Formats: sequence, structure tokens, C-alpha cells
Amino acid sequence: MLAQMVRIRRFEEACVQLYSQTRIRGFMHLCIGEEAVAAGVMGALAERDAVVSTYREHGHALARGLPMPEVMAEMFGRASGSSRGRGGSMHLFDTTRRFYGGNAIVAGGLPLAVGLGLAERMQHRDGVAVCFFGDGAAAEGEFHESLNLAALWRLPVLFVCENNLYAMGTSIERELAVPDLALHAAAYGMPAWPVDGMDVEAVDQATRRALDDVRSGEAPVFLEMRTYRFRAHSMYDPELYRDKAEVAHWRERDPVEVFAARLRGEGVAVDEELTLVESAVAAEIAEAVSFAEAAPLEPVEDLTRFVHSEEGQR
Amino acid sequence: MTVVETTYREAMRAALRDAMTRDERVFLMGEDVGRYGGCFAVSMGLLEEFGPERIRDTPLSESAFVGAGIGAAIGGMRPVVEVMTVNFSLLALDQILNNAATLLHMSGGQVAVPLVIRMTTGAGRQLAAQHSHSLEAFYAHIPGLRVLAPATLEDARGMLWPALLDPDPVILFEHGSLYAVSGPLEDAAPEVDITSAAIRRAGVDVTVVAWGGCLGKALAAAETLAAEGISAEVVDLRVLRPLDSATVLASVRRTHRAVVVDEGWRSGSLSAEVAARIAEEVFYDLDAPVERVCSAEVPVPYAKHLEDAALPQAETVAAACRRAVGAGG
Ligand SMILES: Cc1ncc(C[n+]2csc(CCOP(=O)(O)OP(=O)(O)O)c2C)c(N)n1
Repeated sequence: MLAQMVRIRRFEEACVQLYSQTRIRGFMHLCIGEEAVAAGVMGALAERDAVVSTYREHGHALARGLPMPEVMAEMFGRASGSSRGRGGSMHLFDTTRRFYGGNAIVAGGLPLAVGLGLAERMQHRDGVAVCFFGDGAAAEGEFHESLNLAALWRLPVLFVCENNLYAMGTSIERELAVPDLALHAAAYGMPAWPVDGMDVEAVDQATRRALDDVRSGEAPVFLEMRTYRFRAHSMYDPELYRDKAEVAHWRERDPVEVFAARLRGEGVAVDEELTLVESAVAAEIAEAVSFAEAAPLEPVEDLTRFVHSEEGQR
Repeated sequence: MTVVETTYREAMRAALRDAMTRDERVFLMGEDVGRYGGCFAVSMGLLEEFGPERIRDTPLSESAFVGAGIGAAIGGMRPVVEVMTVNFSLLALDQILNNAATLLHMSGGQVAVPLVIRMTTGAGRQLAAQHSHSLEAFYAHIPGLRVLAPATLEDARGMLWPALLDPDPVILFEHGSLYAVSGPLEDAAPEVDITSAAIRRAGVDVTVVAWGGCLGKALAAAETLAAEGISAEVVDLRVLRPLDSATVLASVRRTHRAVVVDEGWRSGSLSAEVAARIAEEVFYDLDAPVERVCSAEVPVPYAKHLEDAALPQAETVAAACRRAVGAGG
């Protein structure tokens, strides 16, 4: 889990560099500070579970097993990218890993997860549909409709709210009349509990427990991951809405540092391991960048492909 | 093969029953489709036949249940989602446009959405503005969707199955005034082509393009005109996206005149698209300007005389045809 978090962190740091070199364009949202959620939740999922994510999904995608070269090629807009260059940073997809995006409409993925859960139920499979979304999504109608429907039909859906306290520049107190998210879920009769989203072990344990509950067929479960993004909302954000002291305060709870310190305390040879991890990750990133750079562009003649399905992919 | 007297509503129900029997992944979901029997009684009796798993009543949550239909389609099911009317579908437009129509492309061809959405459209029943609009053009604007308008019993019976076989999202617009229309129909209806327009009446003097609830009005106008010695060809557009312009253009090349009938508002309408294609492709074959008969630019009113005045009518269609052929009007 430590290695996975380091991998996500370094990948995104590399993306920042590539962005400043204009090799990556468009909107790009980083999850630096929130890695424990991605690593902890994904590590607890089974292959058969379906995942619906948001525009802040690099960490989810990598932790779910999307190959880093394909993710990087997508950021570069190349044909070898996860979505053949049609999605970019916000729309990473990989159906072979049941990773259904990459959705940039806030709360737009929640109904999809409800439907994926319904499909599991109707086909007598025991996969769970896991849906990521932010605290900002809780103010959208689709959030409430989806929680109601999933709870009403007792569908196998795990709602994972990444509560990083802000929706762009709007703090949670200014967006929700009731900022306690578990209360919203409770209103739909759904078990819900807060989790320390800066602690990867807590995330892992909470997810495993929630998945057991969901799989046993009782009802959907709602997890509120209390986390924080250390960086701006997107690459365009001057971050005028929160002060540096607040960010610094949360940085003391850096999920990578916290976990490393704990392992050290348990006598694990963390620093040796970290050295190995860092060099492996550096090599992986270098390879991903050169793969992306060498990857072909999708031919412009293919612009209108994938508007409708083609023969052979049905 | 036997021919039975049936209604549009029954034809639609037979299509649903047939699809659910053929493929167990097919299920129907929407507001009041089960116990109530469908707000237009289309699914009456299906709950008893197929049970609540497959005839699934939903809460009033257009966005969530249309989105859940999309998710279920991605997850391996073949959902038919009913939205009571196109007016209400606007609450689900986000899901239809940003997800159903978009996921395949945005995922580089990975996430196909084999979903059928049925919704009622149109005016003529004095239901006032929030239940009467023809917003087909909104959906016909969106790449990634197939938009169909069954106007005949054959199409009501035959379009659903090929729509379900389509690996991509299909929207079926059922005009509210058609449900009670009755006529003879083969009980084992042949499959219907869901890619092309259909010529419903042959003629040589003018092409009338219509669809859905306006098809009957166009045919009635053609009948009136025939008595006056004007021969109108009536093309049922039927597929609103992707448009089959070939059939329309070939007809206009033969008749040299075109009248487009559209229950939507004229500004930014489907009739504008059809007229533009005629102008772009067969301009030099035209002997008269393209005429359009559309709804007045008002929210559809309640009072009968106002509603009638707002909508295309057989008489206004006939008058436009007379103008086109230079017979006064
Ligand atoms: C429906 C919709 N409205 C507005 C936006 C613009 N927008 C993008 S991200 C964002 C903030 C979302 O905050 P939250 O859900 O808490 O997620 P976080 O960014 O904190 O991960 C907004 C308003 C959008 N993408 N979609």
C-alpha cells in the first residue's frame, strides 16, 4: 500500500512537470494528499467489482491496475492511451478492469453505479459497484436520487465520498446545510460511517468491512473518507479560498509519511524499502513517458469513430 | 399469418412482451410502468406476466433511473427505460447526453451503452405547456444517439426489437395522440428497418416530409389534395437521427417541391435541418421554395382552439403544398 501511494504521488508530480512543459493539456486535477483513499479502497476490491470514478481519478485508475504507460499516453492525447486520446486526464477508462471512467459531471457517475449494481443483482453475480465522488457532489440532485434508489432496491453499491472539505473554492460549510455526510446517507436508511482518509490502513479496513456488508446483500453502504488535497483544485486554480496554514496543518498528516512512520515504529525496514520503491517508480514513470511520447496520434480520419459501435466490437 | 385489429398501444405492448420473451436480459423500468400499468397503459398486464424484477417501478427520479438504465446496460443488461414524457426527460438530459451518448466515444470505443429509452411526445390532448412539447430535435441534435419516431402500427410493433439489438442508445418517441389509433396489423409483425425513412404514399407533384404525430395529418392533407388533382408524396422521416436524407432528397428530385411538417417550434428545429439539407443538396432541382409547417412559437396552450391554432394541421399542410405547386393557397 505504501508503494502504491508513492507511485501515485510521483506519477502526479511528473504530470505537473509535463503540464508545465505543455505536453499535457486541458483540465488536470491532482489527488496529491488523497492517495490513501485510492490505494486503500482499490486494494480491497475484487476484480469482479465495477468502479465509477470522477475527473480526479489518476490515483483510482493507477491503483485499479490501469497500466501507467496507457494512462500517460491518454494524458498526451495519443492513440495508445486508455481512451485512445479521446478522454484525457478526466476520462480514463478500462473495461477489462471494470473501470468505467473518469466522469467530469459532478455526481453524474452515481446513477451509473446504481445501474451497475442493479446489473450485478439481476444477473445473480456478487460484484459490487463502487462509486467515487466528492463532498461537492452531495449537493446535487443526482446524489440524492441515487442514494434513494440504491437503498430502496437494496443494491450492491458502495458509495465512497472523498470529503476533502472543498468543492473547487467552496468549503463544505458553504455548500451543505448539513455538512455531516453520514446524516445524508442515514436519511436513506443506509449504513454510513466516517473514515480517516489520511490513514491507508483505516481506509483498507473500512472498505473491507463495507464490502462484506454490501456483498452479504443487505444494502448499499456509504463511506465518508475524510481527506484533503494538498494541491490546488486544478492547474488553473490560484487557491485564494484557503490559507497556507490550513494546508500546512493537513500536510502534517501526509498519508505517505503517516503510514511510513507507523511501519517504522513497528520495526519494518521502511527506508530501505522506500529507496527501492522510489527507483522502481522512477523507472516506471520514465518508461511511461517515453511510451507516451513515442505513441502514435489517432489519425484525424478516425475522428468520427466510436460515435456508434462498429462491427467486431459488439 | 393472421391479421388482427389492434391499437398502437397494444402494438407497443406486444413489442415489449416479445422482446422480454426473446431475451431475458431485457427489462422495463420507469415511473408507474408496473402496478399502474404505464401512464399511457402501454405496459398494462406485463407486471403480472413478468414480475416486479423485470417490470420495475421507479421513484420519481428521472436522472437516477435513466442513469441506472445506462449503468445496467453497461453491466450486461438490455434495459428499456420509459420516461413519461419528453418534457420530464429534461431532468435526465444530463444522463442521456453526458453519459449514454458520450461514453462510447470518450472511452475510445470501450463502453457501449445498449439501452432503449421510450418517451411520449407531442400535443393535441389539451394538456397545456408542460405536457405537450415536441422536443425530438433536442435529442436529434446529439451524436451517439439513434432517435426513432414510430408513427404507424407496424413501426410501433416492429421497432423495439431492432432498437434493442443496436449496441448503442436508442430513443423511441411515441406521440401521445397515437396510442388509441387502431387498425389491422399482422400478429407476427416483420422486423422494421430502423435506419431509413419510408415513403407512405407515392406522388409526383410535391414531397411532404413528416413524422410521428404529424404523419397522419400529412396523409390527410395528401388525400384532400388528390381530390384537387395535386399528387403529394408523403415521406415518413421515421429516423430522426442519424437522418436518412437520401430518401428525402431522392423524392424531392422527383417532385421538385418540398413541404416539411414539424410539431416542434420552427426556430432551430428538425424541419430547419431537413430544409437546409434540401437546399444544400438538391437546390437546382427545386421549382419552389421549401415550405415549412411548424408549431407556433408559443408554449402549447390549453384551450382547444388555441392549441389547434398552435399546431400543424392537415389544412395548413395542404395550404403549404398548394403554395408550393403554385395552386394558390
Ligand atoms: C454538474 C457540474 N457542475 C459543475 C462542475 C464544475 N466543477 C468541477 S469540479 C467541481 C468541484 C467538485 O467538488 P467535489 O465534488 O467536492 O470534488 P473534489 O474536486 O473536491 O474532488 C466543480 C464545481 C462540474 N464539473 N459538473
